[in-house]
Amino acid sequence: MLKFSPLFSLEDKIALVTGANKGLGQAMAVGLATAGANIIGVSSGPHGEHTAALVEKQGRRYCHIAADLRSMESVSKIMEEGLATYGRIDILVNNAGIIRRNDSLDFTEADWDDVMNVNLKVLFFLSQAMARNCVENNRPGKIINIASMLSFQGGIRVPSYTASKSGVKGLTMLLANEWASKGINVNAIAPGYMATDTTEALQKDTERNKAILDRIPAGRWGEPEDLVGAVIFLASRASDYVQGHTLAVDGGWLGR
Amino acid sequence: MIQELFDLKGKVVLVTGGTHGIGMAIGTMLGKAGAKICVNDIDESKLESAKAEYAAHGIDCYTVKFNVTDETDVDKGISKIEQDVGTIDILVNNAGIIKRVPILDMPVDDYKMVIDVDLVAPFIVGKRVAPNMIKKNAGKIINMCSMMSVYGRNSVSAYASAKGGLKLLTANMCCEWAKYNIQVNGIGPGYIATAQTAPIREGGHPFNDLVMMRTPAGRWGEPEDVGNAALFLASKASDFVNGHILYVDGGILANFGYVKGENDLPTL
Repeated sequence: MLKFSPLFSLEDKIALVTGANKGLGQAMAVGLATAGANIIGVSSGPHGEHTAALVEKQGRRYCHIAADLRSMESVSKIMEEGLATYGRIDILVNNAGIIRRNDSLDFTEADWDDVMNVNLKVLFFLSQAMARNCVENNRPGKIINIASMLSFQGGIRVPSYTASKSGVKGLTMLLANEWASKGINVNAIAPGYMATDTTEALQKDTERNKAILDRIPAGRWGEPEDLVGAVIFLASRASDYVQGHTLAVDGGWLGR
Repeated sequence: MIQELFDLKGKVVLVTGGTHGIGMAIGTMLGKAGAKICVNDIDESKLESAKAEYAAHGIDCYTVKFNVTDETDVDKGISKIEQDVGTIDILVNNAGIIKRVPILDMPVDDYKMVIDVDLVAPFIVGKRVAPNMIKKNAGKIINMCSMMSVYGRNSVSAYASAKGGLKLLTANMCCEWAKYNIQVNGIGPGYIATAQTAPIREGGHPFNDLVMMRTPAGRWGEPEDVGNAALFLASKASDFVNGHILYVDGGILANFGYVKGENDLPTL
């Protein structure tokens, strides 16, 4: 063992990851488990088996909570079931997110509300519930919100997504201002173009794929595993003085 | 896997001006992660004392004297490192100076001197080490930026100009070199408790009150806080992080309000 390894160790920590059943959420849940954390995975259906197997392979415990993150009821359900299983939550990764595409001239209220509810409203109230529990028990905590390139840029035909992700970046700063002194770190990760099943159609479209790769300085799609280092850093004591920051993991996308 | 993610075993690191303060904290952290640490300075005595201080942490530090603002001197110094230690895998552009003088009172030569050390030197040193990183198709460059990479303050015009420029030099190096698997990032430290900040931190100095009031974390950063971030950016853990400035500031940039009376304080 290297001398510094305790710096990034999450041994015996409890990490709650929303949207943990696939893609980025799954990779982060497994990454956190690799660093020693036990995982509570949240997703809309009872589809936690694959993530559970990967986490348990790391010798860590996995608990699945099925919750509809469009509704506020999910917040109390997640906290109750999570706390019932492990007694505490040390790390919250607000990863679950949805997107709806349409011209802003035609955009519907439902497409606005659903996205804002999952990506911003429930993210806030889950953070609030986690922070209340930390403060009541005088324990530190780490909250990691998943932002987006559209926390920095406008995008097109995704008005509720852009609004929600810009909101996530602002909220990350505000919550850090309020909770830093209570020993809670609030930061965000802004992934760039990542190779997940959500972007599979783009990757398969030869023309779009080339245009995207030409635009990324690193010249490749990000892999879900590329977020692992960042999430471990932000979940561990190595980042105790990092507050309100949105860490871009984008192969240089925002640099140009 | 976690070991491998943050492991720097066998890597050659150059920390410019890594003889004291934040630079030394970075060198120490990367050294503990297994890297071979090289530092330069223009002051021979600082190199000697740094060598002893690194040794106290169990790190055999290679020291070499050269001036980061002089392209010929940089070439000589880095050639010596390459000959004695190996080609540089990780460059930390840390050497920097600050002059706290209002613009109206600042001689142009002083302004240029700060730009030379804080902005031109990272260009010179980066330009010298990048070709070997390109050959290896791997490299990490960390430019030490500042909260003044994004905001101006009273009386630090040259410093803020240089650090703002360094933020975009970081982005530009990323654009040019990312395709060679070189990651170029920056760190923006907040107010850090080093020997250099001791005079304004201790003994009831009013600046301490300002930092305590305005930093959401409610404390000065420790040099190790910055070292930790450097280890993240120097390691495989950050292989898709590029062109990014990572602020380690206890939340100051998320906050940056006005504290009553601060305009009467000497600025840092």
